[in-house]
Amino acid sequence: MATNTSGQSAVPIWRDERYLEIIAQAVVVLGIVALFWWLIHNLLTGLESLGTPLSFRFLGQTSQFDIGETSLEYSRNSSYSRALLVGLVNTLRVSLVGIVFATFLGLIVGVARLSSNWLVSRLAAVYVELLRNIPLLVFLIFLSTTVFHKLPKVQEAAHLGNWAFLTNRGIYIAWFDPAASYTVYRWVLMVAALAAVVVAALLIRKGKRTGRMPLYWLWAFVIFVVVTGLGWFLMPTPPLTSNIPSLQGRNFRGGISLTPEFMAIFSGLVIYTAAFIAEVVRAGIQAVSKGQREAASALGLSGFMTLRLIIFPQALRVIIPPLTSQYLNLTKNSSLAVAVGYPDLFSVGGTIVNQSGRAVEVILITMAVYLSFSLLTSLFMNWYNRRTQLVER
Amino acid sequence: MTTQLSSVSEVLPPPTERYTILGWLHKNLFSSWFNSILSIVAGSFVIVVLVGIIKWIFVSAQWAVVNDNIALYMKGQYPGAQDWRLWVLIYLAALLVGLMWSNYFHRVDVIAWVLVSIFLVLTIWLLLLGKAAWWKLLLVDGFSIVGYSLGQRFPNVSKRLTILLLLLYMPLVLLIIRGFGTNGFIPQIGTNLWGGLLLSLLLAIIGIVFSFPIGVLLALGRQSQMPALKTLSIIYIEVIRGVPLITLLFMGQLMLPFFLPAGMTIDRVIRAVVAIIMFAAAYMAENVRGGLQSIPTGQYEAADAIGLSGYQKMLNIILPQALRTVIPVLVGQFIGLFKDTSLVALVGLLDLLGIARGILANPSYIGRQLEVFVFIALIYWIFSYAMSYAARRLEVSLGVGER
Repeated sequence: MATNTSGQSAVPIWRDERYLEIIAQAVVVLGIVALFWWLIHNLLTGLESLGTPLSFRFLGQTSQFDIGETSLEYSRNSSYSRALLVGLVNTLRVSLVGIVFATFLGLIVGVARLSSNWLVSRLAAVYVELLRNIPLLVFLIFLSTTVFHKLPKVQEAAHLGNWAFLTNRGIYIAWFDPAASYTVYRWVLMVAALAAVVVAALLIRKGKRTGRMPLYWLWAFVIFVVVTGLGWFLMPTPPLTSNIPSLQGRNFRGGISLTPEFMAIFSGLVIYTAAFIAEVVRAGIQAVSKGQREAASALGLSGFMTLRLIIFPQALRVIIPPLTSQYLNLTKNSSLAVAVGYPDLFSVGGTIVNQSGRAVEVILITMAVYLSFSLLTSLFMNWYNRRTQLVER
Repeated sequence: MTTQLSSVSEVLPPPTERYTILGWLHKNLFSSWFNSILSIVAGSFVIVVLVGIIKWIFVSAQWAVVNDNIALYMKGQYPGAQDWRLWVLIYLAALLVGLMWSNYFHRVDVIAWVLVSIFLVLTIWLLLLGKAAWWKLLLVDGFSIVGYSLGQRFPNVSKRLTILLLLLYMPLVLLIIRGFGTNGFIPQIGTNLWGGLLLSLLLAIIGIVFSFPIGVLLALGRQSQMPALKTLSIIYIEVIRGVPLITLLFMGQLMLPFFLPAGMTIDRVIRAVVAIIMFAAAYMAENVRGGLQSIPTGQYEAADAIGLSGYQKMLNIILPQALRTVIPVLVGQFIGLFKDTSLVALVGLLDLLGIARGILANPSYIGRQLEVFVFIALIYWIFSYAMSYAARRLEVSLGVGER
């Protein structure tokens, strides 16, 4: 920004950076606008000549296709927009459950990688290096075709006791059904939870006052168990009945059922993302200075206590930003469900494209949905970063 | 003097830790009861898994599905009579690797040996299959040894040669693989015949080579003071990073034809490549931006003070430092890009994964999924791991984090 203010030897306009900058920007913006105008003009005229002008009205038409698993009410008479909504819910379902499990697995592997036990840390390293260097898509198709579709047939299902059956049609796990008295028992559960929270809060306050933190989570847990247990026995009939899957006709009924498609995309995402999360966790733990660990052991804290009270709270500041981007990656990667047949947003969108021929509209909608996920996440991240950043100087 | 010396020699040396097998076991596996239990559980897990894997590899797996189609996995439908073109490129790559090795990686360590031995095993296996003439494979080793010794003998000349070859390699690859004319020396071979590992590698290399400069420009745009450029860069980066690659690939295959004037078509492989480049550039930009932000303001001010122009400042002062700090991240991204090329199988291209699915669709290979997927996963793994290994060595030789 060399500017010369003396009137005589002023820089001529064509060498003055301020003008050059403005001109350069104007040229770039004009060029991009022209390019887009040309592209969109082509698109609109092209669609017009095909007889399908750009419009989102087709979303109201009936879809005429079935979706393998639906969490919402859906049939082939529902509209395209309903189908997309079902796909969206499926995406969210596999992403949210996947995030929870991947975090746990990643945490365990990441801590294991820093373990003093040679064998355990080697195993964790092998896990991470093995998975980080193969494509997720290969892993997903591998899981789908060689594991979940190769499970035994329904008639000769592999089973764990009486409560879980593994078949090539899906996995069936025993679960609970609410009985008639459950409506009353729900209140007992709420009271128990409330009591637990109150006790924990009181104990934490006491801990802050006296400087000796009691095991508040243990007490809260005990109170919850005692109250719910008492409630259970005071009920005239048990509020929950077990729902054990059993072979009826050609398939299992009852319990929770998980389709092979869901299991493939879910376990694939969890196992794969956990390897990346493990690296994030390891980097975060290693970022905590060695002195902190030494100080903790000088105070006589045990290994687990050091990890929980000293290392993790400090590592979290380093871990959270890359962790969220892993969560986002998992959500975006869930679009690979199309390869294993799980009807997520992208896969349903593909079916709609085939059915209605509205490629442009469907792709735009899909991209907009994924984009809004990630913009929301980065908004949250910016807010979080502002809150937790260390204030320096 | 003498008395002093003798008294010194009488002092016992400090007790050194003696490394015995038992001592090592105690320290690393059985230091506490909890560790002992962990070791026993993990150890038996490892044994069970290893035994299972070895049994599967040598007893129950039927490798015919891999052995019979090795050419398909490697190069798809690329005509066999033109194989020599690929071999020439492999020799050139071997020469380059030898040169780079002697110029940048000064020490050979365990992992290098592991990689070399994996390569040797693969070589021997290919030889046993009789799929490739032994002298062709030996020539590969020969060229890398020539490159290595050239690098050792003429360090200064070879450094320039390496950079020149690296710059020339990419256009040369495209030229030789594609060819031109119908019945000349190297007749043209359409992209519909490119496949297998060849296509995967091409997609990855083209993606890396083109997305890198675009990414750097975008990063500079995002950091610049000019509001219009800055906004445009931010919009591009955030939009692309917010959507999955697969939607971009589908956009390339399904939507791109609409965007072009009627009658104008673009090759399917090129459409996929463009989507990959667009995608990778946005991520590249963010990584480079990280490097740019790590450069202290003093460097900018110093460059201004000695009167460099904005262009010189960026090219000679800022970028060399910024790029060096982000090498590990960039290589991580290159690995990701290589892995992501497998997604083109979903839009119908016959890359390594696409070919594998095609082979599995053949009725004579029903139920051989495990063999095929283990094989292609191994190929992906070797390339990705070799890249991350090379990155670590490059990092050491460029002194990242030391200067």
